[in-house]
Order: sequence, then structure tokens, then C-alpha cells
Amino acid sequence: MHQFEITRLVELDVFGLDASFTNSGLFMVIAAVLVTGFLVWAMRRPSMVPSRSQSIAELSYEFVANMVRDNSGTAGMPYFPFVFTLFMFILALNMLGLVPYSFTVTSHIIVTFALALFILTGITIIGFIKHGAGFLRLFVPKGVPVVLLPLIAVIEIISYLTRPLSLSVRLFANMMAGHTMLKVFGAFVVALGFLGGWAPLAFMVGFTALEVLVAFLQAYVFAILTCIYLNDALHLH
Amino acid sequence: MPQLAPADWLPQLIWLAIVFAVFYVLMAKLALPKIGGVIDARRDKIKSDLETADGLRRKTEEAIAAYEQALAEAKQKAHGIAQEARDKLNAEITAEREKLEAELDSKAAEAEDAIKKAKESALKEVDGIATDVASDIVNSLIGVSPSKDETAKAVASARQG
Repeated sequence: MHQFEITRLVELDVFGLDASFTNSGLFMVIAAVLVTGFLVWAMRRPSMVPSRSQSIAELSYEFVANMVRDNSGTAGMPYFPFVFTLFMFILALNMLGLVPYSFTVTSHIIVTFALALFILTGITIIGFIKHGAGFLRLFVPKGVPVVLLPLIAVIEIISYLTRPLSLSVRLFANMMAGHTMLKVFGAFVVALGFLGGWAPLAFMVGFTALEVLVAFLQAYVFAILTCIYLNDALHLH
Repeated sequence: MPQLAPADWLPQLIWLAIVFAVFYVLMAKLALPKIGGVIDARRDKIKSDLETADGLRRKTEEAIAAYEQALAEAKQKAHGIAQEARDKLNAEITAEREKLEAELDSKAAEAEDAIKKAKESALKEVDGIATDVASDIVNSLIGVSPSKDETAKAVASARQG
């Protein structure tokens, strides 16, 4: 489990709080710098007929913009910059984690849980601002027999409250499991040596490709679920 | 599991907040307006180009319609002129023919008159010849020459009978 360990690169203490710059913080900075740098570089000479790099920048923009529009409607578009930031941040962190000897920030439950909790708290606040107390109707689905209502409402509330947990655990578990698998099979390659190590190596090549897919997919799932939850807050049911 | 060491949580959370906030501002204020601006500009350009093309197409259609109308008018005019010319020619031909017919009619009438006169004079001469022949015949039959008046009377009565 060495690959998941937090190491303090710069010890920092701010008002008695441990604000050390760790390898986790370093990779967050790298991810943010890479994405920002790429997008700004790609748009250095914006033109009507996009260059290759500009196409990628526009593609990512349109991809997330369509995601927000399709899942939250036009009312969700003010939150597009946030969803874009979220998607690109998680995607970059997941992808960076696949580089050997790097650190996967999203394999830490505290990071994913903080993100999920922040998102769902924000969405709940948006819901109450938009609908006032009427937001509570979210927990009372239409067309349910009155007898079942208390039970359904309780279930709805529990499912709403567990959203941050399911959202964060999904990302964290996928990242951790994938990287652990890679580590285990990497160890097999070394242990079986030059003669027997080819089989786990071949497996690892395929599995790495799968992990790239998972890295993208989990960022996508995280972002799209944010859009869906946002849609609940904006339009109720 | 290193993930479950609470001592490591705070530095991660603090740097997550800092980096994510800065990253959000960079995206929202720097990168996204640039990309969105280009996409919007392109969409506007395509829209305006399409509108221009539509306007030009409409103008072309108008020009075609005007041309066709002018063509139809010209055809109408040409038809009118041809009709006029034909009518004029017809009238001239008719007048000419009527004049010719009248001339022919008068000539025919004159000829008929001449024929009638000739016939009458011939008939008169026939009477004279018949009287002479009759008096000659009577003379040779009975040796008596009847008077000219008597013979003429007898010829006239014979012709009547």
C-alpha cells in the first residue's frame, strides 16, 4: 500500500493546523497546471477553423456543456464552469495516477468525500434558495398512496443523505482497486522473473488500457451525477 | 490503509480547497470564456453566413420571377402585334377582293347587255329575212307577189302560232 501513502514534502503549520504540502497536494497542483496550461496553450491563436489542439479544447468544452445541458437543462448552465472544473480536475488526477511512480489523489476517500460533500451541500443550498421549503417536496414523490408516504419519504431522505457517500466511494474504490491490481500484477512480473513474468505483463498491458477507460469513466460518472443531482435541486421531480 | 490515517486528512483537505478554488477561477475566468467565445463566434458566423446565403437565394428567386414576368409580357405584346398585322392584312385582302368582284360584276353586266342587244337585233333581222323568203316562196309557188305588209303580217302570225 506504499503507493497510497501521504508524504509531507513541505511541513507547514498555519494557526496550529497541519497544512503541509504533501505529494497529494503536489499532484493536485500538477493536474490544475497541466489542464490550465493545455487549454490556454490550445487557445493561444483561436481561429474559426480550429487547429488540432484547439479542437481538443473545444471538444472538452462541448462535451461537458452538453452533459450539463442534457442533464440539468439550460437552468443548469450557470454551473457549467464548476462542472467543467470538476470533470477536468478528476480526469487529470485519475490519468496522472496511472503514470508509474505517481500518486493518485482520487484514491483517497477523504478527497473524494470532501468533493462529494461540498457538491451535495451546495446543491441542497441551491435547492432551498430556488424553491424555499418547497424543496422538501423532493422527498415526496407524486402518485404514491398516502399510507406509504411516510415510509417513502424516509427512504427518499436516507437515499438523499447517502448520495455524498455513494458518489465519493464509487470514485475512491475504483481508483484504489485498479491501482492495487496494477501493483499486485506488477509484483508478479518481478517475482516470476524473465521466464514466467510475461503472462502477468501481458495482463497488465490490457489492464492498464482498462484503467485508462475507468479513469475517464469515473470522472464522467462523477460529473454527470453532479449534473443529475443539480437537476433535482433545480427542477425537483 | 494509508487512506484511513486521520492525521493525513487535514493537509489534503486544505490543499484540495486551495487548488480547486484556484483551478475553478482559472477555468471560469480564463480558459472557458476563451473557448466559449470562439465557439459562439463560429456559431454566429455560420448563422450570419446562412442568412446571407438565404437572402441571396431570395434575391435570385425575385430576379427569376421578374425575368419570367417580363418574358410573359413580351410574349403577350408580340402576340398582339402579330394579331394586329394579321387583321390589317385580312382587311386589305377583303377590300381588294370586293373591289375586284364589283369590277367583274359590272363587266359581266355590260357583256350581258351587249349579248341581249345583239340577240334582239339578230331577231329583228330574222323577221326581215323570213318575210323576203316567204314572199319569194309564195311567188314561186303561185306566181303572185304578195305585198310586203301582208307577208310581214303572215310571218308575224306564224311566229306567234
